[in-house]
Amino acid sequence: MSEHSSTDSGDDLICLTAARMAQKLRTGEITSVELTRAHLDRIAAVDGGDHGVHAFLHVSAEEALATAAEVDAVRASGGAAAEALHPLAGVPIAVKDLIVTVGQPTTAASKMLDGWMSPYDATVVTRIREAGMPILGKTNLDEFAMGSSSEHSAYGATRNPWDLERTPGGSGGGSAAAVAAFETPLALGTDTGGSIRQPGALTGTVGTKPTYGSVSRYGAIAMASSLDQIGPCARTAEDAALLHELIAGHDPKDATSLPDEVAPFADAARRDDVAGLRIGVVKQLRGEGNSDGVAARFEDTLDALREAGAEVVEVDCPSFDYALGAYYLIMASEASSNLAKFDGVRYGTRELPEDGPVTIERVMGATRAAGFGDEVKRRIILGTYALSAGYYDAYYGSAQKVRTLIQRDFEAAFDDVHVLVTPTSPVTAFRFGEKLDDPLAMYLNDVATIPANLAGVPGISVPIGLAEGLPVGAQVLAPVREDARTYHVGAVIERLMQGQDGPLWAQVPEPTAAATPTSGE
Amino acid sequence: MSEISRADVEHLAKLAHLSLTEEELDRMASELGVIVDSVKTVSEAVSDDVPATSHPLPLTNVLRDDVVGHTFTAEQALHNAPDSEDGRFRVPAILDEE
Amino acid sequence: MTDTTAEARPLSFEETLETFDPVLGFEVHVELNTATKMFSSAPNAFGDEPNTNVNEVDLGLPGVLPVANRTAVESAIRLGLALNCTIAEHCRFARKQYFYPDTPKNFQTSQYDEPIASDGWIDVELDDGEVFRVEIERAHMEEDAGKLTHQGSSGRIQGAESSLVDYNRAGVPLIEIVTKPIVGAGERAPELARAYVSAIRDLVRALDISDARMERGNVRCDANVSLMPKGASTFGTRTETKNVNSMRAVEHAVTYEMRRHAGVLSAGGSITQETRHWHEDTRTTTSGRPKSDADDYRYFPEPDLVPVVTDAAWIERLRATLPEPPAERRRRLREAWGYSDQEFRDVVAAGLLDQIEETVDSGASPAAARKWWMGEISRLANQRDLEPAALGVEPATIIELDGLIREERINDKIARQVLELHVDGEGAPTQIVEDRGLEVVSDDGALTAAVEKAMAENPDVVEKVAGGKLKAIGALIGPVMKETKGQADAGKVREIVLAKLGIEG
Repeated sequence: MSEHSSTDSGDDLICLTAARMAQKLRTGEITSVELTRAHLDRIAAVDGGDHGVHAFLHVSAEEALATAAEVDAVRASGGAAAEALHPLAGVPIAVKDLIVTVGQPTTAASKMLDGWMSPYDATVVTRIREAGMPILGKTNLDEFAMGSSSEHSAYGATRNPWDLERTPGGSGGGSAAAVAAFETPLALGTDTGGSIRQPGALTGTVGTKPTYGSVSRYGAIAMASSLDQIGPCARTAEDAALLHELIAGHDPKDATSLPDEVAPFADAARRDDVAGLRIGVVKQLRGEGNSDGVAARFEDTLDALREAGAEVVEVDCPSFDYALGAYYLIMASEASSNLAKFDGVRYGTRELPEDGPVTIERVMGATRAAGFGDEVKRRIILGTYALSAGYYDAYYGSAQKVRTLIQRDFEAAFDDVHVLVTPTSPVTAFRFGEKLDDPLAMYLNDVATIPANLAGVPGISVPIGLAEGLPVGAQVLAPVREDARTYHVGAVIERLMQGQDGPLWAQVPEPTAAATPTSGE
Repeated sequence: MSEISRADVEHLAKLAHLSLTEEELDRMASELGVIVDSVKTVSEAVSDDVPATSHPLPLTNVLRDDVVGHTFTAEQALHNAPDSEDGRFRVPAILDEE
Repeated sequence: MTDTTAEARPLSFEETLETFDPVLGFEVHVELNTATKMFSSAPNAFGDEPNTNVNEVDLGLPGVLPVANRTAVESAIRLGLALNCTIAEHCRFARKQYFYPDTPKNFQTSQYDEPIASDGWIDVELDDGEVFRVEIERAHMEEDAGKLTHQGSSGRIQGAESSLVDYNRAGVPLIEIVTKPIVGAGERAPELARAYVSAIRDLVRALDISDARMERGNVRCDANVSLMPKGASTFGTRTETKNVNSMRAVEHAVTYEMRRHAGVLSAGGSITQETRHWHEDTRTTTSGRPKSDADDYRYFPEPDLVPVVTDAAWIERLRATLPEPPAERRRRLREAWGYSDQEFRDVVAAGLLDQIEETVDSGASPAAARKWWMGEISRLANQRDLEPAALGVEPATIIELDGLIREERINDKIARQVLELHVDGEGAPTQIVEDRGLEVVSDDGALTAAVEKAMAENPDVVEKVAGGKLKAIGALIGPVMKETKGQADAGKVREIVLAKLGIEG
């Protein structure tokens, strides 16, 4: 599938960047109903079945088409109302199923919330509704966003469109795979330790974790409040920037939301100047931990940047060695507390104890035991441990101090360089089950992405080529509130690393071709 | 290695209101031991003079004006309730007093 | 550890004090009267239909975030200042974690090691005027829980098959005030307990940060009691009696716990550190939950909220809004008004200080203000089942009534009628007197005629008066009043009778 093919099929519509789709909508070349229907058709074709991508947990065709029809009507009416339409009006979007939506179920990929209907919209959902973006549905994730492979979903793993036997990464594997498989041009994700960026890298797409506080968290089911951030998943840095501009901005319902004006991120993503850029390579994230293929593509990227006129220097961030430990303590502590509310009293499933007296304490215990999967339980127990009397100082307290050291490392680095670049993930997409029984190996996937969450700095992952046929991504990190720099340098790398065959996102193999049709169903 | 006993996990599970099976308690104790060993290094990395950062950005005094906003009807409030009666959420007997 | 001597009989209060000194401590929770909750914009209101004063935040729905109420924070700072506390330059909220169905998030957002106010004091006045200074450890902000109703025969938690939860109260702003250990109260400990809670209630009322209605749970008290042998300085094991929610109950609970501890200790037993439940009907406490591992609350800084930072300008602006401390104000008013101790105590007990002060400030004499508020206005309010202040009697009305009496245009009895008519909406007193023709009959012609008639009809009385028994005149006043429909001036009647009989008055 390529942007340059010229058949009249829906493929023409779906194999475009969001920016291009928006342009075609504006000029009247296509309607939002056509565009939305093409995506719904695509979802129907590739998402379901035993070997489908399984990016979606819920598809809301009716609602999406209704929104599309409304936008088309406004545009057709011309005049001021049409002029006032948001640039992304009519462009479909998918929403990670950790973000609450009125009228569509929100499950967090957990049995705990099976059938739960939110009576309120997340602030980001309100923003995309107001912009007239049809919501195609809710995308799959590791349960409560806890995982790096989407295998911890209670509703089955998402497959990587590049190789259906491999994971798309996680937790936001659904959003990234949906973008990669042309099921949606844009998606919302959440990133606590890399859940937007790592799946972006593993699926050949772009994912941004904004500066902490740039985007309201209101309505994103909290895993770790001081680390969580909602961000865009897209095909290009420019597309991600367009969506980021829409969802960013102060929200009075989120006390941690920044009061800042939203910067013109898309303009930054359209810059192509490289000369004068001073780019830092984090010594601690460059070397041995990365697979050969990832290391090779990353060094290619540095060469390309130098060639284009950038200055590339190595910077030392010694405290990054402790980032993973600090991250797991803080994340688990906050998660153990944030997930306490799921007890079967006010909403969600309620489970009765198998035997013995039916008291509320035992019902809560049974509900949580049945409703949560293994990884969630593991993190709740770890977090409970880290916060319990006698251990707080050694674990949670020390982790918060490591956080200070990591911030200092970033500050020192950004005194010297404009941005930092690292491989996004140390490996390319791995096979199902490969790391499922080894929590520590799974956690290592996040080694390069978590320092940004601990320090609140923005990061973007962009594709930099293939290794053994699988996408590799590089991460660009910038100082807090300097998200525009990540888009500028991210877009530069994206263009530099685009091969002769065009952008990587356009080269994904046809997922249905790889799928083996199952008989008897 | 691990300083986490099965009894520790049992205690933590009680605090966290998770009814774990015998098998889960065993498995969790060994997994948790490994994880804790790997994260323990954080306490070696820091000294007393390093301040703790609980928040990535130094915002302060984000306060709300005391103005009434929207509310649910009792029906909306109870819409997702597993059990309810008489406009209220119903729960099984409570053993602990407090 | 089991309480092996749980059966020991409590000693008498006198016996208790012969051997032991009490140490007290209080945790008082004050519900604020803000318009909205501590962390959500749902209304903070009492008595509405269950689960109607809630939004997604109060129900702890997935994805919600708290935002702190500025007025609640300012109320806490003002209370801290009024309690002579140090206000923290930087403080945070923290999560106190425990599972309970009235707590929607299964943690309470509170403050832990960084309270907004600490190290203060309040002067508490005992019944005889003696002042006892109670040291304040801290005052911190937190949120209230929902309300549980237990279903089953007893309506109590024990034996209930299920419970119903109403989250209207969940998230209502609270300030918890914690005292330092109070030593040296001796036999006055129970009285001090009552007076302390009363002082806190008066203070939060004066600050107008709480409705302070104990019967609604606006002010709730947990009382800590321990005993140590007389003259010792090491505190004994304490018990915490929860939710003692009236002044009288606080006094009784402290008395009972002192006696119970003394009984256990004198019998050679030891006190278990535990919470106790207060039973108003028997005026006793029973054992609650012992302190245990389950009390590991796993506090940590609330990551969804940012720190509260106070600067001098903010604090001084709030300090300027503080009312005069209630104890000081009472001293000042008692002196200024010249009431007897008993009269003043009655006024305070009736809660009419504000009204009387306003009336005096408007120009009424302190005596008249007291007479009207404590007398007829209270009586009318009582009849109507209202607070006296709710009758809507303005100071100007009282001054007008008082003026009419002093000018002898009406007498006391008529004045009371006029007040009632005024309360019933008939307008200003002078207007009522004129409209209804209630003016005292002082015109000599009509009055003399009425007196003559009464004298003619009561010759035996006239004889007695003439014989020097002047008190008998009273028997003539009745008939004259009847003749003049109550509008006669009694003094005038007396004058006329005496004049007619030629007696010097």
